[in-house]
Amino acid sequence: MKVGVLALQGAFIEHQKILEGLGAEVVQVRLPSDLDDLQGLIIPGGESTTIGKLAVDFDMMEPLKAFCRSHAVWGTCAGSIFLSKDAARQQPLLELMDIKVERNAFGRQVDSFEIDLPIPCLKKVSPSDAPFHAIFIRAPLIEEVGKGVEILASLQDGRIVAAQENRWLATSFHPELTADDRFHRYFLEMIP
Amino acid sequence: MTAETGSFTVKKGLAQMLKGGVIMDVVTPEHARIAEDAGAAAVMALERVPADIRAQGGVARMSDPELIMKIMDAVTIPVMAKARIGHFVEAQILESLGVDYVDESEVLTPADEEHHINKHAFKIPFVCGARNLGEALRRIGEGAAMIRTKGEAGTGDVVEAVRHARRVMGDIRHLTTLPEEEVMAFSKEIGAPYELVMETRQLGRLPVVNFAAGGIATPADAALMMQLGVDGVFVGSGIFKSGDPAKRAAAIVKATTHYQDAKILAEVSRNLGEPMVGRQVNSIPDNELIAGRGW
Repeated sequence: MKVGVLALQGAFIEHQKILEGLGAEVVQVRLPSDLDDLQGLIIPGGESTTIGKLAVDFDMMEPLKAFCRSHAVWGTCAGSIFLSKDAARQQPLLELMDIKVERNAFGRQVDSFEIDLPIPCLKKVSPSDAPFHAIFIRAPLIEEVGKGVEILASLQDGRIVAAQENRWLATSFHPELTADDRFHRYFLEMIP
Repeated sequence: MTAETGSFTVKKGLAQMLKGGVIMDVVTPEHARIAEDAGAAAVMALERVPADIRAQGGVARMSDPELIMKIMDAVTIPVMAKARIGHFVEAQILESLGVDYVDESEVLTPADEEHHINKHAFKIPFVCGARNLGEALRRIGEGAAMIRTKGEAGTGDVVEAVRHARRVMGDIRHLTTLPEEEVMAFSKEIGAPYELVMETRQLGRLPVVNFAAGGIATPADAALMMQLGVDGVFVGSGIFKSGDPAKRAAAIVKATTHYQDAKILAEVSRNLGEPMVGRQVNSIPDNELIAGRGW
């Protein structure tokens, strides 16, 4: 399986290592031609304004939108912002998923946190009931989801931190910073 | 479900999100917005860029909290600020402001010539300068969640940044060839905690993110440091001391992403206007060099 990781800026190597550990062939995507022959794409955490700016400057927006419409795509943190239809702020977005996100929803770095979350959908790839250790770094929140969007994980107070629409996945937190590969396996399962 | 804040994982995690990016020195909220628009992954808020600190002399201290807060209000990207080496009260003040990263920096005048800040005592993360592996691991031992090579700030001369990056990488390459029984003596020799030396040996790289800093002034400089193996770059005086800061800032961001693509590097290097007026490091008297501050 050949999967891309958008490598404009951010924690793309962490995703790459986990995917390679699961046997996938990984391509770092920096230019439109890097999307050729890929079966899926991960948009990593980083700064969403930086990633958006570079995607615009290197004419990646339309090729990315076209690729994403017909493939499995997963955005973590900044990546989930980039996938959203609405980030309540003027910045380049792929406008793919019917979710509204709030950037830096928990505050600044001093408010970054880690927490164990129950994520029932992971049952699909592992019999384990173990909670998922979720790491939130200046994280966004999924404020609202549209009709076709399934909520995969929420905090105890009900705020949404993971969602899926068709073959598109958004998480506010960073599975790539843990040794737990269940989310990556869940993503690879979405690729036909 | 109990949330834990201030852990080493989340401190280190923010630096991981900055990778492949450029962190720019800014002295006003307007600069900060120019940097953000150009694609900076973070900004460093300070009163004077290193080139001015060099030129003006005097004691360089933490910046006015008012200025730092205005810069924090101006942008959505992370904001870093500098505290003097060993000045843990400046760091406490920066933490209370909610800055995203503290740079315990040799660019400011050191407050303590023997001891650095105990960075484990803080909830916000620290980045520290280093010239070699021993120095990097001592800072990580004190709690630094990110390292940057020191280079020689405020010169626009990349030679020291190259020297320090090569030294750190070279030290690590050497370490990975040692049989385990020689690691303790190596730790003693470089003055670094044994456990961190062992971790570095196993990883084949520093246990935290490592950026380059100190003298980067052009897109080619940034790409050079990336090809040498650092995770991202700090640009201090190089942007806002140049003729066209917005253009140069954007070009350095692009060069940091496409650091292996010479065609793109050529394209982004065109017509950038005047670079900062550099100062050759080997023409600076020893007592004016700042990389030697800290140990």
